Amino acid sequence: MGSNFAECHPVGFRFVMRAREKGAEVIHVDPRFSRTSACATQYAQIRAGTDIAFLGALINVVLHSERWNADPFFHEYVSHFTNAATLIERDFRDVSELSGYFSGWEDGFYCPDTWQYEGTQRVVHMNSDYEELCKVMSSETHSLHGGRTVGGPPPRDPSLRDPRCVLRVMERHFAAYTPEAAAEICGVSAEQIRHIAETMLANSGRDRTCNVAYALGWTQHTTGPQIIATAAILQLLLGNIGRPGGGIQALRGHATIQGSTDIPTLYDLLPGYLHMPTHLPTHESLDSYVANEGGSAGQWSYTREYMVSLLKAYFGDAATPENDFAYDYLPRITGDHSHFPMFVAMHEKRMEGLVLMGQNPVVGGPNSGYALDGMRALRWLVVRDIFPIESAVVWREHPEECATEVFLLPAATVVEKDGSFTNTNRVVQWHDKAVEPREDVRSDAWFIHHLWLRLKGLYADSTEARDRPIQALTWDYPTTGIHEDPDVDAVLREVNGYYTEPGPGGKRIQVRGFADLAADGSTACGCWLYSGIHPGVNLAEKREGDDYIAPNWGFSWPSNVRLLYNRASADSRGRPWSERKRYVWWDEGLARWVGVDVPDFPATKRPDDPGDPEAGGMAAVSGDSPFLMKPDGKGWLFFPFGMKDGPLPTHYEPWETPVRSALHADPQRNPLTKVWRTPGNAYNGVDNPKYPYVLTTFRLTEHHTAGGMTRWNSWLSELQPGAFVEVSPELAESLDITHLGWVTLSTARGEAEARALVTRRIRPLTVKGRTIHQIGIPWHFGSEGLVVGDAANLLASMVADPNVSIHEAKAFTCNIRPGRRS
Amino acid sequence: MEGTGDLPSTAAPRGEIQERAGASGGAPDRSGYPPAEQEAELTAGTRITPGRAYGFFTDTTLCIGCKACQVACKQWNNLPASDMRLSGDSYDNTRRLSATTWRHVAFIEQFDESRFEGLEVPPVDEAKLPRRSATALGENLPADFEPWGNLTTSEQWARPGQRWIFMSDVCKHCRDAPCLEACPTGSIIRTEFDSVYVQQDVCNGCGYCVSACPFGVVDVDREGDGKAHKCTLCYDRLKDGMEPACAKACPTDSIRFGPVDELVDLARERVADLRARGIPAYLYGSNGVLEEECDTTRLDGLNCFFLLIDRPEVYNLPPVPHRPSSETGPGLLSVALAAGGLVAAAMLAFAGASGE
Repeated sequence: MGSNFAECHPVGFRFVMRAREKGAEVIHVDPRFSRTSACATQYAQIRAGTDIAFLGALINVVLHSERWNADPFFHEYVSHFTNAATLIERDFRDVSELSGYFSGWEDGFYCPDTWQYEGTQRVVHMNSDYEELCKVMSSETHSLHGGRTVGGPPPRDPSLRDPRCVLRVMERHFAAYTPEAAAEICGVSAEQIRHIAETMLANSGRDRTCNVAYALGWTQHTTGPQIIATAAILQLLLGNIGRPGGGIQALRGHATIQGSTDIPTLYDLLPGYLHMPTHLPTHESLDSYVANEGGSAGQWSYTREYMVSLLKAYFGDAATPENDFAYDYLPRITGDHSHFPMFVAMHEKRMEGLVLMGQNPVVGGPNSGYALDGMRALRWLVVRDIFPIESAVVWREHPEECATEVFLLPAATVVEKDGSFTNTNRVVQWHDKAVEPREDVRSDAWFIHHLWLRLKGLYADSTEARDRPIQALTWDYPTTGIHEDPDVDAVLREVNGYYTEPGPGGKRIQVRGFADLAADGSTACGCWLYSGIHPGVNLAEKREGDDYIAPNWGFSWPSNVRLLYNRASADSRGRPWSERKRYVWWDEGLARWVGVDVPDFPATKRPDDPGDPEAGGMAAVSGDSPFLMKPDGKGWLFFPFGMKDGPLPTHYEPWETPVRSALHADPQRNPLTKVWRTPGNAYNGVDNPKYPYVLTTFRLTEHHTAGGMTRWNSWLSELQPGAFVEVSPELAESLDITHLGWVTLSTARGEAEARALVTRRIRPLTVKGRTIHQIGIPWHFGSEGLVVGDAANLLASMVADPNVSIHEAKAFTCNIRPGRRS
Repeated sequence: MEGTGDLPSTAAPRGEIQERAGASGGAPDRSGYPPAEQEAELTAGTRITPGRAYGFFTDTTLCIGCKACQVACKQWNNLPASDMRLSGDSYDNTRRLSATTWRHVAFIEQFDESRFEGLEVPPVDEAKLPRRSATALGENLPADFEPWGNLTTSEQWARPGQRWIFMSDVCKHCRDAPCLEACPTGSIIRTEFDSVYVQQDVCNGCGYCVSACPFGVVDVDREGDGKAHKCTLCYDRLKDGMEPACAKACPTDSIRFGPVDELVDLARERVADLRARGIPAYLYGSNGVLEEECDTTRLDGLNCFFLLIDRPEVYNLPPVPHRPSSETGPGLLSVALAAGGLVAAAMLAFAGASGE
């Protein structure tokens, strides 16, 4: 669901096809019948943006099924490995009780103290201006890992009967999500929903596992993270996490999207998912940062080790215990600095320069007309790309009205530079330069390296305190080759981490993994999560394949673990769940975890270890708690923190929708949706007769994202040579739209024209007795390149979910008429 | 067996082509041919040996329509793109094989009006999991064979009226190739890999091969060099021990490259497996082997053959591809008859005249 696997990840899809041919069911649920649907054993056409209702119904069917309640496998997995047994605060109230809101709603934000485990309180709650904190944190794009709690451990009911235990709370929450109710929302028949749930149930258990794959069809919603959370609940209930063949597959990897969040290009993250410090009192000093960000148990309880090692890598000798390891050299987040606020700031002349590297907002940014106008208001714009993309020619229309000075710098392609890709399975694979870039073409690493050296030169003589961080930042990478490229192997060695005290002959000694990292400044590490990737040799270069998990192909974080949380592949006593699904298990003779993979668990912690909450860290985690990123080591069926918009996923309609949901009258839409009410970004609203059709954007195999790498390639362009929209014959007939004729789509943001591809692959849905037409539009096209067309993002709006500021391009509304735009 | 051996143009091509491809100048260098280490062993599990017949087994039921084969072909052979025009023919915008498109993926949308509605979803029967034993059903369909009668799962992808079929088409490299027969210059030859190859320096662009091909594969590049072009089975790659570019690029192994006899065995197993699942699969081009809906024996079978689940016409393939030369027998006969008749008439006329 939420992915067009075959079209967008055709190479990875070989494994899905192989599985299908070995007998696996492949179920595709999508608004459009795509090439993925064409390969599936079951297909369901769903109304865009109703995934939580659909998944909620699957959960509902599973929870009420005979098999799930009778097979001891499910009870053992859920009661030991998830937080199903943990009791929730007495004052917690569900959306079903408070008509669409959870308890803690404060007219604009949530104070999540009623969402906690009974008897526990997070450190952040004890802050004097707690409500103010909740409010600020709700509006800015960051939350706390915030696992450090006081009180507890919370009471548990392993029999799962207590009405306040997570399982029962969750069961009541999803009671309204019957297949019949979901059918009224999704447009999929209750019979088919039930059948899909039964198929998944039949393929889960000791001997079998199911995998859920998703991509941007799930993320790009105002409820995006909550959709994925619903899938996590379903997969945990079915015992499908941490086991071979199971899991939730986030289809990333174009080509290192995973890598770009691990070592992030996001404003609110530091490497290894450490949060960027904010201006809030919770992040005032290193101590308060660690107190609020760290966990009382589990992996995040080593936050200080990771942070201090990162600061040592950044600032070297300038980071000392006396100055909090230069913690104050890090900039602070003062608000929401995600994608959309940047473009608002350009319009408001609060931002005067922009450097674009591998990004094309004039095609790829929602409300791309607004993005274009914003960039035309800049003083200067630097674009580094391999072709003169749309974003590099923002001055082209009415150049006399555009004062932006544009610098287009030619960027090297992947074959012209060394580096690494981190794929969707977290496997880091090294690639070597095949040829030197020609003429003025340079790699991005070259650009950053030399830009930074020049900046440091400009600040070298400054005596201002504010310039100290720039002066102190270590930057000692050797250069190689005719163009003086920085040696990226040296960068990877720093990412791996090393002891700050040099070894014999002044040679750096590499750490072996993140367990070696220390909080006293004796280690430096660029990204704790990648630690172990270069313990002297570059493990990302390894190329020994096999037909199973290929542990010697590249390096998989963390610690070359191929399957995360694989402790769950053995039962509560550490025995394989079944011979067929044997993966990692406890070996009593060796007194350690063994298996085909690196155990993602403390190697010698016995399965019956009760855990010592007083000890903290890994010692606090019990032997039946596989989910070490959570302070309680359990998979969460209910989220005491981490989600700003509720501890359980709730179906809210998309921000723009033709349908009113029957689940709760108000709010219809996610009450914490981020909106930008600014000129040029009007919204279509709910059930607006001017915009009666559901629009969803999609991708084609033949083009890549905003087209910068494909629309200039004739071999790819001939295969998809122009913008089109997919409409059903039923809609085409009712509006006199002809096949291949021009149509114009409109929203409150603007218009876009394209050719109509009238196809039965799209079918009108019946929702609450009403016919709902859906339209699909590929978003690859723009004004430049060999093949051109209007950008689909001219139609989309700037609207985002509250947790990660993801936009909503997969479900919004539009109108459509035959003919060209004015 | 009638066929290629009778034709003078195929008599002795091998030495010639080997010399041209094998050496960069001067004496032919055969020291590295075939190469000791072959990439094909790694990527296709086969060692390429001159003298064996090679081809493709294109299994349309594994095709995901990604067109990687088409792009890999153009890239390796450095072929230009065609007109950039949206065709409206599903996701097929290049439409056909041509002088500059040697692999082509067809997209066939088969959807009833009632599509995706009231799917006949069979109940999930746990006793049948895992299913699909590889029971071979033999060469022919069993008498009680009932399409879709044997389904244990939905198999949406194959269900008539609910499916989108993809098919990667290519030159069939006929074992008795009409184009080769028709070529008056000897440009089209049979190589040491039993593939059909157009020698560009011999071709005069007459186009006889174009009208001879029953599949519309070979084409003269009227806008380019004026010569005939088509798939070479990546002759240059085979010489270097590499499988053809399209087969190597195929992510799902829908296109399998290998010795034809091995491919036919593989295809036979595949058909048996699909039929056991209730899907009426058959082969096209296997010279009679499991050819339920077609007959390619007039061409002595095709080195590049296909697994299909609908009638050949759906995939733009003739059910019974003809060899134009097999029409020349009756044609000659009628010419002879006509000539005989004229002679007789003339003789009668003369006889009449003399009798006057």
